[in-house]
Amino acid sequence: MKTLIIAEQRDGTLKKPTKELVHAFSQAGHEVHVLLTGEGVQSLSETIGNYGAHTIHTAEASELKLYTAEATTRATLALVETIQPDAIVASHTPTGRDFMPQVAMKLGAGLASDCHQVTLSSDSITARRPVYAGKASAEVEFVGNGPQCYTIRANSFGNPSEGTSSAKQETLNVDLSGLKTKATSNESGNSGRPDVTEASVVISGGRSLKSAENFEILEKLADLLGGGVGASRAAVDAGFRPHRDQVGQTGKVVSPSLYIACGISGAIQHLAGMRTSKTIVAINTDPDAPIFQIADYGIVGDLFEVVPLLTEEVKKIK
Amino acid sequence: MNIYVCIKQVPDTETKIKLNSDQTWIDTSGIKWIVSPYDEFAIEEGLKVKAQFPESKVTIVSAGPDRVVDAIRTGLAMGADTGLHIELPETADHFITAQAISKALQKEEKVDLLFCGKEAIDDGAAQTAQLIAAAMDIPALTVILEAQYTENSVQVKREVEGGTIEVLESSLPAVIAAQKGLNEPRYASLPNIMKAKKKEVKKVSLADLGMSESDQKVKLKNFELPAPKAAGRKLDGTPAEMAAELVKILHEEVKVI
Ligand SMILES: Cc1cc2nc3c(=O)[nH]c(=O)nc-3n(C[C@H](O)[C@H](O)[C@H](O)COP(=O)(O)OP(=O)(O)OC[C@H]3O[C@@H](n4cnc5c(N)ncnc54)[C@H](O)[C@@H]3O)c2cc1C
Repeated sequence: MKTLIIAEQRDGTLKKPTKELVHAFSQAGHEVHVLLTGEGVQSLSETIGNYGAHTIHTAEASELKLYTAEATTRATLALVETIQPDAIVASHTPTGRDFMPQVAMKLGAGLASDCHQVTLSSDSITARRPVYAGKASAEVEFVGNGPQCYTIRANSFGNPSEGTSSAKQETLNVDLSGLKTKATSNESGNSGRPDVTEASVVISGGRSLKSAENFEILEKLADLLGGGVGASRAAVDAGFRPHRDQVGQTGKVVSPSLYIACGISGAIQHLAGMRTSKTIVAINTDPDAPIFQIADYGIVGDLFEVVPLLTEEVKKIK
Repeated sequence: MNIYVCIKQVPDTETKIKLNSDQTWIDTSGIKWIVSPYDEFAIEEGLKVKAQFPESKVTIVSAGPDRVVDAIRTGLAMGADTGLHIELPETADHFITAQAISKALQKEEKVDLLFCGKEAIDDGAAQTAQLIAAAMDIPALTVILEAQYTENSVQVKREVEGGTIEVLESSLPAVIAAQKGLNEPRYASLPNIMKAKKKEVKKVSLADLGMSESDQKVKLKNFELPAPKAAGRKLDGTPAEMAAELVKILHEEVKVI
């Protein structure tokens, strides 16, 4: 199967979910073409090759330096016309979910978004996606014409490994005249921590953290593990964390290898955002807290005591 | 300005989801329906733009079965002027939903601004706003935290991963998909709820638009509920012992750290 993957980079750094996709589809035997857009990003195309891509098509222009959906859609459509892929795939990140529907509509093609269980063979893709915030899931069947379009949730395939590249390098020229949107600048969030949707470890805290400052306890553990810090809505509503850290049905849906819920009761709306995590740990003073029903490992205890102890233990193995 | 707000009616977040007998959809009986929370920010933004440009008209658009008229009335009660109900089956995919909205709006007054929520909380697909924009060949600006409008342009702040903000400028018409934080949605007052009952809600069918259900591009099938999780393991001992054991398990058995 010929599969086009749209690479994602920010400030010249290749996004981890892109590596994951290139590696997984290449491993499955797809002829993986990658579109890389930006300005001065040529060196990234070498890296992409190391994850197994067949061909990397690089489009460079000042209009592509800062991402816009409009320019990225144009570049994607230009490449689709030349290589005629069977499938077009992007990560279900704020970038992928922004432009992929526009690509799909322009091609008159269907889009399966936020797929979290994806099974690949060399000539097929089978994808399931959560519905009702993970309270159920369903398989997506394509019933129309056109290439199959997918956005896939980060961490759906596991950690990609780098090899040596045998990829072909191509240059893509894109007509970028008459664009209606313009990206003027980026304001960096600058927390230095991975976003909860991308992190392979997420440590979340609830109302019981009692203050914004107390989240430092979780941040220390997260930083040791290279993880992200999440929060329940109660913690966000109390102003301890920004809304972008909220995990749940009206926040972010995360699927890390390890999710540690600290002082979170496990309301249905919170579970909706994290139940697909591979391993779930709950730390709560209340032995009957609903979070324990979906936790793989539970500690009944005071998070202010237990979390620093965990941090010490992790330091020992690092 | 002609302002349109596209909203979706979704199951209340407390809903326990059950499947229908042949697992082709959920069992919708007994569900309490609400306006998808992000769409409330979209409605409020439409009303705010009308306050800035008083000659404007705000139309609430919803595609779906008859029940969605209640969602439209919620928007009208908040202060929107008129409603448009596009009749669509429960199982319509995003593609025909967006096509139908785009075609229905071609028959209405020219679109200057169209607001949506950044995603609907039932399927969380985050597609419809962008699909409508592409079908209408106008820009889509999604996950918007802040917006400043002139007669023919808009400047927005868009939230992406890690709290990074992208600043964008666009010409109008454009589609804007609202993120929480864009504004504080107002509550409908009782008199406005009464007034909303008398406001016009126009009805359009797929056939009126020259479309049919077979225009769909994807279909959902084989619905499943999450497999019940095997009972987890509660660790025992002193806090220090439990912490040591947990780290050992995560490191040596599960190998996630
Ligand atoms: C429309 C709607 C949407 C919603 N969306 C979301 C969403 O996206 N995400 C979300 O999270 N919620 C959401 N909620 C809110 C949800 O219903 C819960 O209110 C919320 O998740 C509770 O947060 P919490 O667990 O931090 O607080 P609580 O429910 O108050 O739980 C605190 C927990 O901390 C434990 N605890 C207290 N002290 C300690 C300590 N020292 N050590 C260890 N444990 C301790 C307690 O035993 C308790 O279990 C939504 C609600 C609605 C109505």
